[in-house]
This record gives sequence, C-alpha cells and structure tokens, in this order.
Amino acid sequence: MTESLAITKFSDLANPTRFLALVARLLPWMACLTAGLFAVGLYLSFTTEGDYQQGETVRIMYVHVPAAWLSMMCYSVMALSAIGTLVWRHPLADVSHKAAAPLGAAFTLIALATGSLWGKPMWGTWWVWDARLTSVFILFLMYLGLIALNRALDDPSRAARLSAVLILVGFVNIPIIKFSVDWWNTLHQPASVVRLDGPTIAPEFLVPLLVMALAFTLLFFTLHLMAMRNEIWRRRVGAQRRMAARMAGREA
Amino acid sequence: MSHTFYIALSYGIAALIVALLILWVWLDGRGRRRELEELERVGVRRRSSVASVDEAR
Repeated sequence: MTESLAITKFSDLANPTRFLALVARLLPWMACLTAGLFAVGLYLSFTTEGDYQQGETVRIMYVHVPAAWLSMMCYSVMALSAIGTLVWRHPLADVSHKAAAPLGAAFTLIALATGSLWGKPMWGTWWVWDARLTSVFILFLMYLGLIALNRALDDPSRAARLSAVLILVGFVNIPIIKFSVDWWNTLHQPASVVRLDGPTIAPEFLVPLLVMALAFTLLFFTLHLMAMRNEIWRRRVGAQRRMAARMAGREA
Repeated sequence: MSHTFYIALSYGIAALIVALLILWVWLDGRGRRRELEELERVGVRRRSSVASVDEAR
C-alpha cells in the first residue's frame, strides 16, 4: 500500500505542471535552510582549532571534501536519471540529468581548485597525476563533454537518450574515484569519514565538515530544482514558438 | 606564502564559483519566465491552457 502510494506520487511528478507547483512550494524553504546551514557551517569552520599536523589549512577541507562528495553524488543523481530516461521514459528524467551536469562541473571544479590550494602548502606541489586526482579530473572532463553534447543536439529527446547512455557508461569512473586511494598507491590520503570501521577524524573536525557537507548538498538540490524548472520553461517556450510559427504558416 | 593565503584563496574561489552558479541559474530562470510572459502577452498559449479556457466558456 505504502509502495503503491509512493509509485503514485512519483508518477504524479511526471506531470511537469504538478512538478513546477511542488518546486514553487519547496524552493523558499530549501533556500532558507541552505543559507542557515552555510552560516552555521562557516562559523564552525573558522572557530574550531587548527590541526596539529595540517595547521590552519585544515579549514580548506571544510570546502574541499563536501565539494568532492557532491561531484560524485551529482553524477550518481545523473546516472539514476539516465536509468529513468532509458527504462521508465520518465518525462522529467532527462530534464534532471541535463540540469545537473553544469552543477556537477562547478562542484568538481571547486574540489579540484581547493585540493590544489591545499596540496601546495601540505604536499609541496599543486598537482600530481595520482589515481585520485586524475580520476576526478576525468570526471570534470566528462561533465564538460555531457554539457557540450546536450548543447550540440537540437532534438531534446535524441540528446537525452545519447546523454543517458554516455552517463551510464561513464558511471564506471565513480567507484574508481572512491576506491582509487585503496587500489593504488596515491599521494592523496585514504578515506577518513566514509569507512566501514567508522570515521577516523576527531569530532571537532567532523562536526563542521558534516554541517558544511549538508549545506553543500542542500545547495545542490536547491539549484538542481531551479535548473530543472528553467529547463521545463525553456522547452515550453520552444514548443509555444513552434506552435505560433505553425499557426502563422496556416494563416498565410 | 602563508597558510592564510591558501585558505583565503580556497574560500574565495569556492564562493566565486557558487555565486556565479546561483547567478547563472537565477538569470536563466528570469529570462525563460520573461519569454513565457511575452508569448502569453501576444496570445500564444499552451494547448492545455487554451483547452481549459474553451471548457470554461
């Protein structure tokens, strides 16, 4: 019963008008919650103690780690949406993965830039071609490729199917990024939060990190809903312009 | 260079990218909303809304 209700609610969202109404209700709350979490997260990021080894540069981690998590989460959301496009043909699935690609590219860029700025004082180098850094750089290039593909094709349904296949093929990179630090000998340190035996970092660093991660995640979902709404509007404008051109042609 | 420089630059770059992202999404939305309003103004409506107007008559 609960499952069928969930499926009914999910199917209801196939109607873009209902989806737009839901987004209009949710967005103000999500935006306020995001701003509040960022205020708390930034306060904690700058008031907690520095690390005994990293010193003050540990503060870069409160931006770098959430951005890096989001770069992978955004791609996972796109992969789920790609399945929605290819298997269920959900009308909003391709809107979702098209809208998410620029957001994923932006968060990956933040992860790469802040990682590099942490690497210089801590490792003594801006960049090394180790497995973690290289696989994240490939993820960034994949986001750019998907954005270019979506913009190159005029037919949205064709672009959606092609993008969906590419996204699912590219998803192989996500476990490679996650486990690269275990599978290969990398300069990048291994996981210290998401581990089977629990986090290995002290609570005074973990709390600001988790608050910032939550703030970044909510920021992503807020922007994703806004970008999906924009894409629906863009398609409506296109459809209405085509309809107006047809009507004008008939009158002529 | 001091650690403060790397920390300030990290937060600065992250804030700039997030601000540009928010601005781009917001401007895109405003542009599309204006286009829809313009189409509405010249009398081009979605088929569903035309049907609902006809039904009301």
